[in-house]
Amino acid sequence: MRPEMTAASVESGPKSSSERSALARARLLRGLLPAMSLVLVLLAIAWLNPRAISYFGFSLMLNLAIPIALATIAQMFVIAGNELDLSIGTFVGFVGCVTATWLKEAPLVGVLILLGSIGVYALLGALIHLRNLPSIVVTLGMSFVWQGLAILILPKPGGKAPDWLLSLMAFKPPFVPFPIIAALLIAAVVHFGLMRTSYGVILRGSGGNAAALSRAGWSLLKTKIVLFALTGLFGVLSGMALIGITTSADANIGNGYTLLSIAGVILGGGEFVGGRVSPIGAVIGALTLALAASPLLTFMHIPPDWQVAANGAILIIVLAARVLISRKER
Amino acid sequence: MPEAGVDIIRLDGAEKHFGAATVDIIRLDGAEKHFGAVRALAGVDFHVGAGECVGLVGHNGAGKSTLMHMVAGTLVPDSGRIAVRGGIEDNYSVPRAQQLGIRCVFQELSLCPNLSVAENTRINHPALRGFGWRRKAADLIAAKLDEIFPGHSISAADIASDLSIGRRQMVEVARAFTVTQDPLELVILDEPTSSLDAHTAGQLLAFVRRFVAGGKSCILISHVLGEVLGNADRIVVMRDGKVVASDAAKAFDRDRLVTTMGGAAAREKIAAEIATQKPETGPLRVRARPARQQDGNELVAHAGEIIGLAGLAGHGQTDLLLAIFAAAARTKTGIEVTAPVALVAGDRQSDGIFPQWSIAQNIGIRSLARLRNGLLISPRREAELADFWQKKIGIRTPDMNSNIFSLSGGNQQKALFARALGSDAKIVLMDDPMRGVDIGTKLEVYDLVREEAGRGRTFLWYTTETEELDNCHHVYVFKNGRIVAKLGRDELTEEKIIQSSFGDAA
Amino acid sequence: MASLRLLLAKPWIWSFIGALLVWLATVTFTGGYGGGGMITAALSLAVFTVVVGVGQMFVITLGPGNVDLSLPANIGLASAVAMKVMDGNDSMIAVGLLAAMACGMAIGAANYLLIWALRIPPIIATLSASFIIQSIDISYGRGLQIKPPPGFASFTNWQILGIPVLAILTVLFSIGAAIALQRMIYGRSVLAIGQNIRAAWLAGVNVGRIRFLTYTLSGALGGLDGALLAGYFRGANVDIGNEYLLASIAVVVIGGTSVAGGKANVPGVWGAALFLVLLLTMLNTFGVSAGVRLLLTGLIIVGVITAAGGQKALR
Repeated sequence: MRPEMTAASVESGPKSSSERSALARARLLRGLLPAMSLVLVLLAIAWLNPRAISYFGFSLMLNLAIPIALATIAQMFVIAGNELDLSIGTFVGFVGCVTATWLKEAPLVGVLILLGSIGVYALLGALIHLRNLPSIVVTLGMSFVWQGLAILILPKPGGKAPDWLLSLMAFKPPFVPFPIIAALLIAAVVHFGLMRTSYGVILRGSGGNAAALSRAGWSLLKTKIVLFALTGLFGVLSGMALIGITTSADANIGNGYTLLSIAGVILGGGEFVGGRVSPIGAVIGALTLALAASPLLTFMHIPPDWQVAANGAILIIVLAARVLISRKER
Repeated sequence: MPEAGVDIIRLDGAEKHFGAATVDIIRLDGAEKHFGAVRALAGVDFHVGAGECVGLVGHNGAGKSTLMHMVAGTLVPDSGRIAVRGGIEDNYSVPRAQQLGIRCVFQELSLCPNLSVAENTRINHPALRGFGWRRKAADLIAAKLDEIFPGHSISAADIASDLSIGRRQMVEVARAFTVTQDPLELVILDEPTSSLDAHTAGQLLAFVRRFVAGGKSCILISHVLGEVLGNADRIVVMRDGKVVASDAAKAFDRDRLVTTMGGAAAREKIAAEIATQKPETGPLRVRARPARQQDGNELVAHAGEIIGLAGLAGHGQTDLLLAIFAAAARTKTGIEVTAPVALVAGDRQSDGIFPQWSIAQNIGIRSLARLRNGLLISPRREAELADFWQKKIGIRTPDMNSNIFSLSGGNQQKALFARALGSDAKIVLMDDPMRGVDIGTKLEVYDLVREEAGRGRTFLWYTTETEELDNCHHVYVFKNGRIVAKLGRDELTEEKIIQSSFGDAA
Repeated sequence: MASLRLLLAKPWIWSFIGALLVWLATVTFTGGYGGGGMITAALSLAVFTVVVGVGQMFVITLGPGNVDLSLPANIGLASAVAMKVMDGNDSMIAVGLLAAMACGMAIGAANYLLIWALRIPPIIATLSASFIIQSIDISYGRGLQIKPPPGFASFTNWQILGIPVLAILTVLFSIGAAIALQRMIYGRSVLAIGQNIRAAWLAGVNVGRIRFLTYTLSGALGGLDGALLAGYFRGANVDIGNEYLLASIAVVVIGGTSVAGGKANVPGVWGAALFLVLLLTMLNTFGVSAGVRLLLTGLIIVGVITAAGGQKALR
C-alpha cells in the first residue's frame, strides 16, 4: 500500500521545473541548429568568395533553391506520417515533362494530368494504409512508374515552359532576391498549416502515436491520404518551379531530388519516425543544400572530379558541426 | 461457482436499481470474447451506476482489460449485450462512447510524444478548432491539472516526451476529465497510479472521490488493493474471464480480496523469512556512486544480498542501475562491478520485449553464448532453457514457441525474469519490474528472488511500491539523483523512507 | 495440404511465385522457345543482385532508418580497384578479389564511423559517404581501360549443365547467410537490434559491434559484387553499380524482409532477384519501349507488394 504523504511535494520526479527549462533550452537550440548550419555555409562562402554575398550572387547561388525547397517540403509531409517517398525525384521529373509539354500546349489537359497525379498520391496513401504496406517499396515501384511516364511524354530532352511560369520564376524584386522571398513564403505557409492549425496537430499526431489517435476517434486513413496528397501537391509545385527556371525539361531532370529532399528534411532537424518535423527547418535545410550544390563550387576552383565529393563533405561538415553544438549544450 | 457469482451481481444490480431509482450508466450482459483459441471473457455481466465508483480487481489475464475495452468501445464482444442508460447499443463504438460521456485512461500511455500537452488535449476534443483553439486547449488542460494535482508544475506548452513518465500519466488522467461538447459521465481509470508517487496518487484518488460525490461514475482498476478498498463503493473481482464476486467495498478486506482473486501467501511470511536468512557477507559485487553524489555516500552490494533502491519515482534510481549496467561492459569511473550483470526491465514494451519473437527466444537472448553448440545456436538447448524456466517461474502458456504477446502482461514480465535469472549473471538489476503486475505473480517472483539470493546472487531492486522493500536486506533512499539515506533491515519503516525522500538530508 | 498452407505462410514464397509466373508468361509468348536459356541468363544476372541484396538485408534488418545507400558508389570503386590490381593477369585474380573486398569493407567501416561519430541517420551518412566515394572513383578510375584477366572473365561466365557456377556458389553463400541469420549469435543480435535497440542493449547485445559488423559486411559484399560485375561485363565502370541501389532495396523488401526491422529472410532475396531479372527479360521479349518497360516494372512491383500484403501490425 502506498503511504499517504502529508508533506507537499511540488518537485516530484526528476524532471523538475529547472531541468525542464534546460530541456526547453536544448530544444530551442536544436531548433536553431538548421539556421546555424545555413549561416556556417554562408560564412564559408563569404570567406572563400566575398563577392558571392550580393543580390546577384544569391540569385545565382540559390537558383534552384525554390524547387528543392518545395520537394523537401513534399518529402517532409510523408515523413511526418512515418513514411518515406523514394519516388519524389522521378515524380518531379514527370511533372516537369508535363509542364513543358501539355501544360503549355493544352493547359486544360495539363492541369487535369497534374491534378490526377495528386490524386494518385492520395490513392497511394490509402493503399499503404489499408494494406499496411511499407511505403519505401511502394514508392520505389512508383519511381519507375513516374520515370516511365516521363519518358513516354518526352522521349528526348526538350519542350518549353509556359510563358507565365517563365515570367513568374524570372521575377526580380528589389533588394531581396526572389528565391529568398519564395523560401520565406513557403516556410510561413506550411508552418502555419502543419504546426498551428487544429488539423495539423492531428496530422503530426498520426506520426507520433497512431494508436492513440485512432482510439480518440480520428481516421488514420484520412490522415495518411491527406499527408500523401500534400506530398503530391508540393511535388507538382516543385516540378513546375524547376521547369520555370530551366525553361525546358528532361525525363531525368528530377532524379537527384529524392535523396536531396530526404537530406533536406534531416538537415532541417526532422526525424524519420515519431512525427517530429519542422517546415521552417526543412526549408532552411533545402537552402543549405542548394548553396552546397550551387555553381559556387566552380567559383572556388574545385576540380570537376571532386565536386560531388564537396557536396558530401559539406553535408558531413554541417552534420558534424550540429553534433558538436548539441553535445556542448548537454 | 461462477454461476453463483453471476447471480450475486444481478441481485446487487437490481437492488441498486430500486434503491437509487436511476438507470445504470452502462450495463453489459453475457459479454463474451475470444482471441483465437483463448477465451478472454466467458459471459460476463457488469454494470456501473450513476454516482458510483466501482473497483475492479483480478490477476493479470483475468479479463479486466478486455472488459474495459468493451466498455470504452475499442473492442466489440463476440456475443452479449451492451446498454447505456437503459438503451441497448447495437453499434457501440469509440465515437459513440464519447458521445455518451464514457472515457477511458488506458494502461499503456496514449499521449503523442511529439506534441505538446495542449495539442494532446486537442486530439481528444474535436470541438477544439477554429480561431484561438490553442489558447482554449491550453486553458482547458491547465485548469484541470490545477484542479486534480495542485502544484503540479506542468505547462500546457511542454512537449509530452520531455515529461517524466509520472507527469505524462498525470496529463493523461487530467485530459480524460476535461469537458468540451460531449458530456462526461463515466471515466475508466486503468492502473492510474502505476507511475505516480504516493503524494500525487493521493491527490488523484481524492479527486476521484470528489468526482463520484458529484454524481459521476468511475471504474478504478488497481493492483494496489488498498487504493481500491479505500476508494471504491463496490468491488468487482474477476478471475479467468469471469466475475467471481461483486459486493460493497465495506464487505471486503484485504485478505478476502486476495483469497477471492486466488492469490496466495501472506506478506508477513516474507518479512519473517528475510529476517531469518541474514546472509553472510559474501565478496563485493558492486560499489557505485551516483553521478550527482557530492558526499561520500555510495551503494555497496555483496554476494547474496538483496538491496533496495527507494525514494520517490524517478529520482535517479534507474539512472544508477543503467550506469551499473553500462559499467559491467566498459569501465566507468566511480563504479566497480565484479561479476556479469543482467537487467529486468520495468517498462516491458520499450526496454524488454522483442515483439517478433517467441517466448523461448525472448528468454534465450541473454544466454546465446551458452546455448551454442560449436558456432551455431542449438534449438534443443534453447528449448530446454525455456522449459526449465517455464516450470520454475510458472509461465502460463501451452507452448513456449508462441509469440511473446500471446502472454498476459504478468507472464511477459515473468519471461523477462526468466531471461535474467537463466543467464550467467551474478548481479541482477531490477528496474521497478513489478509495475502493474498482479499480486499472485509478485509473490511467486519474490520467493524466487529470495531463493536465488540464497544461492549467492546479488539483487539491486528499484521499486516504487514500499511493501516490496520488505524483501530487501537493506535499502538506499534516493532524492534528486543522490543517495540520501541507507536503512538496514531493522530500521526499515515506511515513515523512515518517506522522511528521507522528502527531507533535506542531502 | 497443411504443408502447402505452411509454405504459403512463408513471406518469401510470393517472390518465387511471381518469378515463376513471369517466366511462364514469357515462355507462353515465345511458344516455349528459349525457356531454359532464359533461366540460365536470369541466374547469371540475379547473382549480382543477390550478393548486394543479402548485405542490404542485414543492414535493413537493423531497424528503421538503416539502409546502405553507398552500395552503387562502392560497387563502382571496387570494380576499378579489382581491375587495376588484377591488371589483366590471371595469377592476380585472388589478390584482386581480396583488394575489392577490402576496399568495400573500408567503405562500410567508414559508413559506420559516420553514423557512430556524428550520430546521424544511416540514410544520410551512407548518402554523404557515397558522394565522396563517387568522386574518388571518378578520379581514380579515369580512363581505366583494363580488361579483366581472361581466367576471371571466363570464370564469371562458366556454366555446368546450363547452370552458372557463380550462381551455385552464390546459393551456397546464401545458405551460409541464412544460417548466420537464424542460428548464429551475430544474426540473432541483428534481429534483436532491429526489433528494439534499447531492449537489445539491456539484454546484453553488443549493439555497437554488431552494427559495425553489419555495415562492414554490406560494404564487403558490395566490393565483391563490383569485382564480379567487372569480370562479367569485361571491365570496370563508374556507373556499373547504379542500378543496384534500388534493386538491392527492392529485392530485400519484395523478398519479405520487414523494413521495420527485426524480421528477415534470405530465400526471398533470391526469389525477388529472379523475379526482377525475369521481368526485365519478359518485357524485352515483348519488345516494349523503354518508357513502357519502366512503367510496367513499377506497376508490377507495386502490384506484387499489394498482393502479398504488408506485415500485420504487431498485436
